[in-house]
Amino acid sequence: MKLPDKNGHFGQFGGRYVPETLMPALLELEQAYAHYRRDREFRQEYEYYLRQYVGRPNPLYFAEKLTNKLGGARIYLKREDLNHTGAHKVNNTIGQGLLAKRMGKRRVIAETGAGQHGVATATIAALFGMSCEVFMGEEDTRRQALNVFRMRLLGATVTPVTAGTATLKDAMNEAMRNWVTTIADTFYVIGTVAGPHPYPMMVRDFQAVIGKEVRSQHRKFEGRLPDYLVACVGGGSNALGLFYPFMKDKEVRMIGVEAAGHGIDTGRHAAPLCAGSPGILHGNLTYLLQDQHGQINHAHSISAGLDYPGVGPEHSWMKDTGRAEYVSVTDSEALEGFRMLTQEEGIMPALESSHAIAYLMKLAPKLTKDKTVVVCLSGRGDKDIHTVADAMGVVF
Amino acid sequence: MNRLSPCLAALKKNNRKALVTFITAGDPDLATTEEMILLLEDAGADIIELGVPFSDPMADGPTIQLSSERALAAGTTLTGILETVRTVRKSSRIPIILMGYLNPVHAYGYERFSHDAAQAGVDGVLLVDMPPEESDDFLRSATRHGLNVIFLLTPTSDASRIATVNRLGRGFIYYVTVTGVTGARQEVSETLKSELARIKDHVALPIMAGFGISTPDQAASVAALADGVVVGSAIVKLFQQHSGPQLRHELKDFVKALKQAISLN
Repeated sequence: MKLPDKNGHFGQFGGRYVPETLMPALLELEQAYAHYRRDREFRQEYEYYLRQYVGRPNPLYFAEKLTNKLGGARIYLKREDLNHTGAHKVNNTIGQGLLAKRMGKRRVIAETGAGQHGVATATIAALFGMSCEVFMGEEDTRRQALNVFRMRLLGATVTPVTAGTATLKDAMNEAMRNWVTTIADTFYVIGTVAGPHPYPMMVRDFQAVIGKEVRSQHRKFEGRLPDYLVACVGGGSNALGLFYPFMKDKEVRMIGVEAAGHGIDTGRHAAPLCAGSPGILHGNLTYLLQDQHGQINHAHSISAGLDYPGVGPEHSWMKDTGRAEYVSVTDSEALEGFRMLTQEEGIMPALESSHAIAYLMKLAPKLTKDKTVVVCLSGRGDKDIHTVADAMGVVF
Repeated sequence: MNRLSPCLAALKKNNRKALVTFITAGDPDLATTEEMILLLEDAGADIIELGVPFSDPMADGPTIQLSSERALAAGTTLTGILETVRTVRKSSRIPIILMGYLNPVHAYGYERFSHDAAQAGVDGVLLVDMPPEESDDFLRSATRHGLNVIFLLTPTSDASRIATVNRLGRGFIYYVTVTGVTGARQEVSETLKSELARIKDHVALPIMAGFGISTPDQAASVAALADGVVVGSAIVKLFQQHSGPQLRHELKDFVKALKQAISLN
């Protein structure tokens, strides 16, 4: 069974829940993607940019010191933080940017939370000579002022969104509204495996390079497939990129780590898979944070990139079928993860990725030394230094 | 028992255009909504579109976004809105369409909602983020309970989508006159006439045109091309600017002016 089905469904999840104005554009995109994903020239160009521009393949790094410290399973880190622009997001924006170019679109728009996807989109817009507008919640523009400046340096227009909660979900609403208005010449570059079909499938395919590389790299080290895959889940693109190439390998356990914020019990979190229910937002049916009346709840996470009340529909399907497990760690546990990796390995992870490290700290000691765990280090932590300093009470 | 189709048939027979007025349910509270539905009817509205507020209205411009926020802040729920319709039905037979986003209806449950809405006296439902492709489950329940499910067509809809909406839609077709979100515009699209002509040839249902119509003059020029017009943001804006007797006064004058303008054709 190959998912999604032709209408973009993963079981009951996914689909295309959008206003009529957007439907023809989604159908056009679906056709273009179906054509180019099999087009040799397109694939070669995509691979060329990943190799020469992004710097792939990036290493699967054996974290020996952290392994010894935690005293259990052997730990490998997939170094997406070493990509150009500092996160996994660029794998996808290169792909969508090349597609936009072939579809004759001169303008790209994007939503962003932490700013990583915004920076990755502004980067490829500069590279491919397209104009770029990035929608970002006003709250996030304050939390991630450095990334706002980076996007502007790259030539993008950053539009702060004040509606609703002024965070990622509102940025996505505004990007949709803009797209409805500018559909003729504009390509919407969605940054995660969510939104209407074909985005969840397309972004997954572009991010699957992560897992494909891990397969062969892990085999070189260990002569076999890994036992555990661990990745943080906001929308879920780095996790799905890592997981997808292992989907049929039943012996490989997959664990997605959501943001528990102040704690699941407090209601102030961003963990729809762990504590939400199915509903419809931003073009797809998926697990959401919502009240009994179907109004979307505020998400909370110390990490702007995980601060989203929904999640990619394929993750919802993987949760319900049991193919993957989903757990959560709190803000303070994530900060512990940040500190641990910085001090043990000299690698500062993004606060998003720090959630995966925090869960690793619980998981690895329980496993025997013959097991391996691959953690996706989805991004680097430079952008989060101010947030970390704030949390530690440090004033510059 | 459905009030919508007889109303539209009567208008057509008398060669009159329909005035469809949109207000957000619960802005500023449901007691006002109940009163305003009756006032709109008195002032000449033929059909009421009652907006169901949603936290993430991605097809709406700032006016209806803010209105939805006011309604939600007042604690408006779908249950409360159905109760309001039930009360209005004691004194009015004006067709009422609920318009909103799918998630609140999904959370309520398609079958339970269809049953309760029909019982309360709702005549039709328009869910902006439910295109025909995703409508199977909801259509089954709505049809069972006699609710008209209204779909949108837009300037970007091609022949096959027009045919699908004509096949699945009931009551009327809502034609979105602009490629964009809701909200007042300065001008009516120059291509509207040819766009509507293209659609009229292929659909049997009456066509109501809306989005961006904010003055009596615009309403008149659009009404001349369609079977009726929908006025939303321009009315909702009055709820932002006024309250109490002033709101009633402004609303009545505006709707009367709209009605008069579309009747002059």
